[in-house]
Amino acid sequence: MKRLILFLSSRKSWTLPYILFSAVFVVIPLLLIAVYAFTDDNGHLTFANFEKFFEHPEAINTFVYSIGIAIITTVVCIALGYPAAWILSNSKLNRSRAMIVLFILPMWVNILVRTLATVALFDFCSIPLGEGALIFGMVYNFIPFMIYPIYNTLQKMDQSYIEAAQDLGANPVQVFLRVVFPLSMPGVMSGVMMVFMPTISTFAIAELLTMNNIKLFGTTIQENINNSMWNYGVALSLIMLLLIAATSLFNTDDKDNSNEGGGLW
Amino acid sequence: MVKRLFAQAYLWVLLLLLYSPILIIIIYSFTEAKVLGNWSGFSTHLYTSLFKNSVHHSLMNALINTVTIALIAATVSTLLGSIAAIGIFNLKARAYKAISFVNSIPILNGDIITGISLFLLFVSLGVSQGYVTVVLAHITFCTPYVVLSVLPRLKQMNPNIYEAALDLGATPLQALRKVIVPEILPGMISGFMLALTLSIDDFAVTVFTIGNEGLETLSTYIYADARKGGLTPELRPLSSIIFVVVLALLMVINYRAGRTKKK
Repeated sequence: MKRLILFLSSRKSWTLPYILFSAVFVVIPLLLIAVYAFTDDNGHLTFANFEKFFEHPEAINTFVYSIGIAIITTVVCIALGYPAAWILSNSKLNRSRAMIVLFILPMWVNILVRTLATVALFDFCSIPLGEGALIFGMVYNFIPFMIYPIYNTLQKMDQSYIEAAQDLGANPVQVFLRVVFPLSMPGVMSGVMMVFMPTISTFAIAELLTMNNIKLFGTTIQENINNSMWNYGVALSLIMLLLIAATSLFNTDDKDNSNEGGGLW
Repeated sequence: MVKRLFAQAYLWVLLLLLYSPILIIIIYSFTEAKVLGNWSGFSTHLYTSLFKNSVHHSLMNALINTVTIALIAATVSTLLGSIAAIGIFNLKARAYKAISFVNSIPILNGDIITGISLFLLFVSLGVSQGYVTVVLAHITFCTPYVVLSVLPRLKQMNPNIYEAALDLGATPLQALRKVIVPEILPGMISGFMLALTLSIDDFAVTVFTIGNEGLETLSTYIYADARKGGLTPELRPLSSIIFVVVLALLMVINYRAGRTKKK
């Protein structure tokens, strides 16, 4: 009893409301996903949902196809976003701090409106609404999420490492490949997390960009849930959850530098 | 010098690409054509009809819902997250890691998983879905970001100040109000703004928790609209206005931040 009072009066106990909240709204819902994925409509234990997934080439195809699209989107985002982040963080090349804000600002226009405007843009330039349009649309939507974390790590980087490398005789290419790039990896990894998973899971955007011609995995999940095939839809989302867990394992190293949201302001 | 020009040119080309869809929205908000991409002459008709309440009642309702949900969710998650961050900061390493892990779940999960898992929760509990469930869902995915914006401020804080306040006779609550809150305030503000942004822009979580009793937020309104084939033309002026207001706001904030830094 005494220990309880002591605990309640300490600042550690301030975590209690949040622990309770997370238990109800984060942990239990995730457990429910596992429960629903392994049961049928009547609540009996079953593997049928997963058998259905592995027996249906269509669902697997969508899954693999989505991963492919997401990989391409992520690579394009790194290829276009890394140089931008590097220029933005380099005081010799860019003096204005406000520039980074300009890259984040488009996120303020509702993602669906932006997507529809992108469709209008493609129409305007008579670009066919297919795979290419899909990837470009995804890049449009997600590149700010790649630029920002990379910019953040590059900016926090200790400049003396670069000077040391130069003093030790590295040429600019070597400095970049062996010092700057490895040190910016945490930023790249959190950028990858912010682009790769959303590309697979976002529904609606792919539908709008391709006029319903191409389906990504997120759409498949949503369609099943919408058509009251809850258990199957939930099983599919459990598969995606496992994919997320697998990708985030790559990203566990430095808890202190990455992931610290905020900062935008 | 050439390198700098080249670098700046790259940034501007990228920005032009990024902004071209938004520019299209703004340009076509000044014409009456029903379909985005058709130009039927310059007109401010859409702007006036947007503000005629009777005409686009449902759109305005959706906007009001979006804004109030975002304000409530951001306020609650800022309070909940800040209190939690202070507690988490005082935990021992193992508990700290455990809670940080749980905290990162909604961030990593992606909207659709968060949405479905909360949908299952509300269905299992037999809660009817509507305004309250949407707010709860938004608090769920906003709070982790608040915690992550407040924690670094606590880490930067000199722990002795708090102890000093206690030694000088302040009660823990006074010390909290006069010492800790002012220190973490910038983190709380950026967490609040982030929560606001996330909540306003959210679509996937909202769709799964909004139920089917006719409640609409901007995102679900637009989605339903787009599925029917055409976007309500008034969305163009509305998006343009939101964009310009936010642009102006960010410019002011940035300008002021720049000035205080120089001091």
